[in-house]
Amino acid sequence: MSHHKLEVKNLHFSYPDGHEAVKNMSFTIYHGESVGIIGANGAGKSTLLMLIMGIIFPDGGEILLGDVHVTKKTLSMVRQRLGMVFQDPDDQLFMTSVYDDVAFGPRNYNLDEEEVENRVNYALEMVGIAHLRDRAPYKLSGGEKRAAAVASVLSLQPDMLIMDEPTSALDPKARRRIIHLLNSFEHTKIITSHDLDMILDTCQRVLVIRQGEIIADGKTLEVLSNEELLDAYGLETPLSLQNCPKCGSLKG
Amino acid sequence: MSNIMSALSDLRLLDNLARGKTFIHRINPLVKLLTTVVYLTVVVSFGRYEISSLLTFIFYPVLIFALAELPVTPILKKVLFVQPLIIGIGILNPIFDSHSVLLGDIAVSRGWITFLAIFIKSGLTVTVSILLIATTGMDRLAAALRMLKIPKIFVLQLILTYRYISVLMEEVHRMLRAYSLRAPGQKGVQRNHWGSFAGQLLLRTFDRAQRVYQSMSLRGFNGEYHTGKSAKLGLIDFAYFSGWSIFFILARIYDIPVLMGSLLIGVMK
Repeated sequence: MSHHKLEVKNLHFSYPDGHEAVKNMSFTIYHGESVGIIGANGAGKSTLLMLIMGIIFPDGGEILLGDVHVTKKTLSMVRQRLGMVFQDPDDQLFMTSVYDDVAFGPRNYNLDEEEVENRVNYALEMVGIAHLRDRAPYKLSGGEKRAAAVASVLSLQPDMLIMDEPTSALDPKARRRIIHLLNSFEHTKIITSHDLDMILDTCQRVLVIRQGEIIADGKTLEVLSNEELLDAYGLETPLSLQNCPKCGSLKG
Repeated sequence: MSNIMSALSDLRLLDNLARGKTFIHRINPLVKLLTTVVYLTVVVSFGRYEISSLLTFIFYPVLIFALAELPVTPILKKVLFVQPLIIGIGILNPIFDSHSVLLGDIAVSRGWITFLAIFIKSGLTVTVSILLIATTGMDRLAAALRMLKIPKIFVLQLILTYRYISVLMEEVHRMLRAYSLRAPGQKGVQRNHWGSFAGQLLLRTFDRAQRVYQSMSLRGFNGEYHTGKSAKLGLIDFAYFSGWSIFFILARIYDIPVLMGSLLIGVMK
């Protein structure tokens, strides 16, 4: 399944004001991998995601999805295979009902209404909110909104899911549900977050980014237990890897 | 501040009502749109002094209210919003048109009659337009406009304006809340903050609109707004349209209240 591979080669991007957000980044993500992208605020995570999705285009380097370059001409195809969930679900949900929001993508690809309905039902089942299909999105709770936003992307049946801060502003239970949900997907996943415990629970591999450059790329557990590295780049060891706060004993 | 949120929930009220499942809701949106257009045209075509025949046209909105099971008060409140404007337009009529006519035994200025006619006409047309949205929903209405071959750029403009109003209002609400929490004992926003307030609002809504648009285009949006089901026109739809149109036209030609009155008097004699 080579077309599920995402390759980023010598990627470079600077904003019109001259700020260099991405500098010479290269990495490859293979089919079925879950990759966390972490870094302090302003490290370039969101810019990287926007480059991958073709919302903005790089000044140098290239992005390959399988054998296809991400360019203006291939956007429609690329976007059908990459599904991006935004940080704020309110940006993604704007129709009058959850059903219409989830159906928005498939309808844009001119699928017939029966197929649209199948896909919507499938996506809603998958995130466990089939009972909310006729509700208005603005009436949902934070966790439900997030699930609906995920469903609105799943209905396009993408090969790869890209998520920007999927657990931000969620209560602990809702956060846990989203983690379970992410783990239940077989898709290739790219997740950016400051929630390092969530990254530890969902991703096998992690990229650490600082000022537009990749400074570490490796197994999640190894990278996230490297206290020195994390500390040097404005991050912190995940709570679940820290010593017991009461007795100071090491976590097994 | 609470005004904005209640205005927002007012706005959403129409969306909620449009999700009803009554007979009226199920009529094809195109048919409802055309029926409304015929209604508006006929009502507007009445002369300045013809009040009695205009009264027949109350029948249509009343029936829609009943059949579509819509709440009367919140919708009429919306109609009231427009009325001050109408009063502003018509209030000088009694002064300019001071010929008096006899209404039974009472002499009134003709200006009052024209004023009343304007008032009734605007009330009817605004009510019926709101009823159209409340029984159809903006999305399906847009689909109906597309069926009429209205260029997609206009339809899109309409539908996105409607969608973004709530985005704008939420943004205003958030900014006002943040402002009022740090400006205790102050009513509204100070005049010397208006500029930055409006500027901020504009920039914020640009940002937000940008993100909403990005999320739309990532899901394949390319300028055509699909609303799914484009229901076929059935016999009922046809009957609904022709039934109402015939009624409107008859009511335009014959003064039904007068006819009924004379019939009643004839029977009593």
